[in-house]
Amino acid sequence: MLIVGELINASRKAIGEAIKAQDAEKIKKAALDQREAGADYIDVNAGIFVGKEADYLTWLVKLAQESTDDAPCCIDSPDPKAIEQALSVHRGTAMINSISLEKDRYEAIMPIIAGTDLRVAALCMSDEGMPETANERLAIADKLINGLLKNNVSLDNIYVDPLVQPVSTKDTFGLEFLDAVEAIMTEFKGVHTICGLSNISYGLPVRKAINQNFAVLAVGRGLDGLIINPLDKQMMANIIIAETLIGRDNYCSNYLTAYRSGKIE
Amino acid sequence: MPTLEDLSKCVIKGNVAKTKKMTQVLIDEGVFPLDIINKGLIAGMGVVGVRFKNAEMFVPEVMVAAKAMSQGIEMVKPLIAESDMPSAGKVLLGTVKGDLHDIGKNLVGIMLESSGYTVIDIGIDKSPDDFVQAIKEHQPHIMGMSALLTTTMLHMKDTIELMKEEGMGHVKAIVGGAPISQDFADEVGADGFAPDAASAVDLCNSLLN
Repeated sequence: MLIVGELINASRKAIGEAIKAQDAEKIKKAALDQREAGADYIDVNAGIFVGKEADYLTWLVKLAQESTDDAPCCIDSPDPKAIEQALSVHRGTAMINSISLEKDRYEAIMPIIAGTDLRVAALCMSDEGMPETANERLAIADKLINGLLKNNVSLDNIYVDPLVQPVSTKDTFGLEFLDAVEAIMTEFKGVHTICGLSNISYGLPVRKAINQNFAVLAVGRGLDGLIINPLDKQMMANIIIAETLIGRDNYCSNYLTAYRSGKIE
Repeated sequence: MPTLEDLSKCVIKGNVAKTKKMTQVLIDEGVFPLDIINKGLIAGMGVVGVRFKNAEMFVPEVMVAAKAMSQGIEMVKPLIAESDMPSAGKVLLGTVKGDLHDIGKNLVGIMLESSGYTVIDIGIDKSPDDFVQAIKEHQPHIMGMSALLTTTMLHMKDTIELMKEEGMGHVKAIVGGAPISQDFADEVGADGFAPDAASAVDLCNSLLN
């Protein structure tokens, strides 16, 4: 399971203000806390700062890596210039979040990742709109994966994001997503799937509980990447347990390690 | 015989079949058609709107209540001359160019219709030109733009500027979406901003009164 810590996102009020005030300590703490809680990648996003995104993103990468002994970052931007500037200071192998099948985005991001070892989140969205069914998602994933392979990105570095949509707006949105995860993982052996969770619970109360349960269902269908708040202990425990239950945990050793360190309550 | 209040309650509960049945009974009993709409169907939805705003009701409940209301209205409509159909005003809605998100916009549309507005939804990925053409065609009082992406929200400014160039300054421009703030709305010259679908109704009410 690849955990991307989602907290350093400028659209979150506390982080947006910290970026604006150039409060380095706050950013460093957010990165370190997430790393210590089990994040493999630290997501960095400065999207709300039009015109300054590239500089802020670069600043975030530097701070996040400084405080975590060079944990890799997930560079969260649709702007190729901002991504390239952030990559120029990044140490190790970053992840790019994200490419999609929308023509402009596809053409802007592909040259950055073609032929590199970068990991990439590939979002199932095209110019035809948002996919609603598992089959529509699979069709987009197919084109994205094959396009990336042709551009010499290895299958192991591709994390398909099948696109989570709110179950409050259509009863079948949860199921179609889960079916898509399974279909993508079955059709393209060796590829990965990743997603953020908060969309699933939009419009409903106690969103945290819905997100936690949906994570478990998705892992059960084969999902092996999550963009989440790693400081959510229940979420992290759920993920460890789900992986143990589906045979991704030899001799239950991750579960037992988590238990001994007090992560399972 | 059911009362108009019973009909309102049916809408609030989101019971589509019962709402239709009750609407038919009220029609057959000769209740004044506009009362069925205003004091029954829309009144019920008004309660839903308030409860939604107070986080006592949630998105799926709003959607099914709106469905009950609109199916009821469809049954009463043929009995009313078009010019007598109540409308609080006409609102044109769309998602800006390069942006394919529509859930928030649709919800705003539902809430507005539920409050008696006539809503024209032109869809997603609409250029400034598309908005201006649609305004020419539909002559709305208010034009609402939605954007979910920081990369697409700047198109709101282009649209508002084009509207002004085309002499459409009398049409109120409102904006909304996850990355949008009051500051941003002011910056792009919008007449209003609402943080959620229920507030969008209040905003339209205050702009038109």
